Amino acid sequence: MWSSPGRKVVTSWIVLSVIATPIVAFVLGPHLPPGNGSAQASEQVLANTWMTAIVTPVICLLLVFFVYVLTQFRHTGGELVDGPPLRDDAQVRVWWTALTSLTVLFLAGFGTFELLQNGSGGGQGPDPIAIPGGPKIPVQVIAQQWQFTYRYPTYGGLETPQLVLPANTDIELHVTSLDAIHSFWAYELGVKADANPGIDNVAFVKTRGPRVFHVRCAELCGLWHGYMFNEGRVVPMAQFTAWIESQQRDFAPILKYLPKYAKVYFPDPQRRAG
Amino acid sequence: MTVARRLVGFNLLTACLLGIGGWYVGWFAAHAVTGPSLHFFSQVDFNELSLVMGYLCGVLGFLIGLGFFNYPFARLRGYPPSLREKETGGIGRYFGLCTDHKVVGIQYLVGIGLFFFIGGLNAMLIRTELLRPDHQVWPAGTYLTLVGIHGSMMMGMMTSGILGPFGNYLVPILIGARRMAFPRIEALTFWLLMAAGAILETTIFFGGFPTGWTGYQPLGTQSNPGMESYYIFFALVGISMTLLGLNMIVTIVTMRAPGLTWTRLPIFVWGVLTTAVLMVLAAPVLVAALSMAILDRVAQTNFYIAAQGGSTYLYENLFWFFGHPEVYIVALPGFAIVLEILPVFARKPLWGYRLAVGGLLGVTLLSFFVWQHHLFVSGINADLRPFYMLSTELISIPTGLTFICGMMTLWRGRIRYSVPMLFCLAWFFNFLIGGLTGVFLSDTPSDTTTHGSFFSMAHFHYTIMGGLVFTFFAAIYYWVPKMTGLQINERLGKIHFWTMFLFFNSTFFPLFIAGFLGQPRRVVTYAHNLQFINVWVSISAFLLGGSMLLFLYNFVKSLVFDRVPAPADPWGSKSIEWQLPSPVPVHNFDRIPVFSSDPYGYGEGGPVAVPAGAPAGMS
Repeated sequence: MWSSPGRKVVTSWIVLSVIATPIVAFVLGPHLPPGNGSAQASEQVLANTWMTAIVTPVICLLLVFFVYVLTQFRHTGGELVDGPPLRDDAQVRVWWTALTSLTVLFLAGFGTFELLQNGSGGGQGPDPIAIPGGPKIPVQVIAQQWQFTYRYPTYGGLETPQLVLPANTDIELHVTSLDAIHSFWAYELGVKADANPGIDNVAFVKTRGPRVFHVRCAELCGLWHGYMFNEGRVVPMAQFTAWIESQQRDFAPILKYLPKYAKVYFPDPQRRAG
Repeated sequence: MTVARRLVGFNLLTACLLGIGGWYVGWFAAHAVTGPSLHFFSQVDFNELSLVMGYLCGVLGFLIGLGFFNYPFARLRGYPPSLREKETGGIGRYFGLCTDHKVVGIQYLVGIGLFFFIGGLNAMLIRTELLRPDHQVWPAGTYLTLVGIHGSMMMGMMTSGILGPFGNYLVPILIGARRMAFPRIEALTFWLLMAAGAILETTIFFGGFPTGWTGYQPLGTQSNPGMESYYIFFALVGISMTLLGLNMIVTIVTMRAPGLTWTRLPIFVWGVLTTAVLMVLAAPVLVAALSMAILDRVAQTNFYIAAQGGSTYLYENLFWFFGHPEVYIVALPGFAIVLEILPVFARKPLWGYRLAVGGLLGVTLLSFFVWQHHLFVSGINADLRPFYMLSTELISIPTGLTFICGMMTLWRGRIRYSVPMLFCLAWFFNFLIGGLTGVFLSDTPSDTTTHGSFFSMAHFHYTIMGGLVFTFFAAIYYWVPKMTGLQINERLGKIHFWTMFLFFNSTFFPLFIAGFLGQPRRVVTYAHNLQFINVWVSISAFLLGGSMLLFLYNFVKSLVFDRVPAPADPWGSKSIEWQLPSPVPVHNFDRIPVFSSDPYGYGEGGPVAVPAGAPAGMS
């Protein structure tokens, strides 16, 4: 293996990787999704950057190897001749297994570390383990066929069809569903949490400066799944307080007809075929 | 007159008639017995029990028509045991129950090819809808049904895409046997699959189904009666897969010829064996999950109804406990085909045989411990996420072993670029991209963005279409000359390969970007800024469809019209199937062969793998 063709491939691979990996990490990396709309989103950008940087040398290796092999070792017409009967090579075996194992274990370790920081924006179920410290504003996301509504339990259980969040604040999202399984996906905030009937799925997000973000349903939930989207806003705290007071005024007449705020709801009647 | 007489008997025509008749028998019987009481609970004016009974009785009638009950009745009446059912005869035996494993293999190839074609047409219709971000070509319900049929067809029928045609045809030959262990069960798996495919298509008469191929609850409980077609379809596929896997395991474990030790087994047989283990262990769970879903609809049970004490997670977990091994059921035969074909065209022994087997076994074992990565954001117990991240990433190690074995087999070889080899080389490219993007999805923080988006959709198309379908075509170009004794046109084959490779990548690579930019799966409408990507993808997809038509043209032209006889060993392979005449005679071997080495002795001199007991037709 360490004859000259082998050395050529390994050297070219190392050179190419050393050039390509920083370019990918530092030039492509910052443009990877989902942007810096929240602390969790930035963390996902970091994760995506690490992933892309780590897969770059792997792609380089296969590229170099196949370009070399497919051009150098081709059968050039005439009589069929057998190649050398190489059946094993301890060095290749050990290096390959060691390198893939180390890469994989590093990735899993890094992912776990990131995950335990603040949950990385994913739904953590009713008993979250990665909880950011400090005060948090709870917001309930209620999914139903085919729209999202939002309740603010600390503001009198107000329910609105619009998601407005204060800037630079930790938000505790409680995602639940009234019917089928949906998935609450606030793309720019880096939040995705499935909405299950009867389950309070908690996700955390720390907002940054004012911005508009898009909310889409990311789990097939029936006929109008494709139209289950709307826009949300992150606004400064003062503006948020003003907005929520206006909402409380506007929705006061119907607030008394709403069910009391709860973690989950089971509306009646259940829609059921059969 | 004689033609008319030949149509009477236990064959496909009788089976279809009895299948339709059976459907009506079940329909009316269930209506008569339970109609009023069920209507009391139902909000939809439709008695679904009768639909389920119709399908079940229809399948029963179909199997009776094919003659699956003749043998048990003959034994009941005291006839001696026999294995022969249409083992000899003309073209007619392809249209009925036949216990010759080679006939079943060809039946599978044509049958699965037919449904693959239908699934592909559905994909074309889906891409037509996605040409415009907000214009509706299909009504939303029709669109979801198209998505559902496409996914179910591909994931259901193509699961047996390698084991069905090539496993059934080649495994007995490769292990030096004359038949499979259970020839009638072998035929049963095929005909169950065909019945399943037909049932899935009938969903369009009952309103379609909106759940995609995953059939999530409780969406499935509240949707159209067409949902039942999906359940019965997938349950039949599950039963067919279980039986197919069981048959393969028993055949490979008990019927190997003398001298064929575990370390001499062709790697393709190892691939079939590991896949069969996955099938036997995973598919019954699916059948159970779907049975409970059917009961939730027709008998008002509450397995998956959260408000009544059921759990939506129960379905998700059961489905993915099947569903994740299932994607390896689809991928492993591809690994094995690549490793089987590379040595022939590189003129070198398979490098690292034990490592390759270890890779297959490692994937088999690990694939049962990764299913909850489909539920990373679903609200499962948060403590479990690091574990499933680790187990999912660990699967890269055995997969990497497959890569290094293939790559080192090419090293210093004498590589010929024949059509099967081109498809195998493309597998490295496609599966590399599919595998590496899988690493993104396995990492929980990254997965938060990509979960349920076009990114994951592009990922599994790279692994399944780039992994399975490319190797499926490699196997067709490689083994069909043996199965039919006829050549496939090489020039058209190369054009097919290059167009398919180009348009496959042009179709699915941009979808990673669409997913990264925020397009969720299975949507009928999408953001306007994604239109360029989607139009690009749709046009590429149509061209990819054109490439498939080119294959169909080549296949029919070569095998029906040109009919150029193929030599017994066109590729210069040392494997045993190529030492037999093409096509292989009914009983495979006049004398059972004795093996003294694996079939990869290129450059090592010595005999091919059959030193004693020369097989039929060997000169």
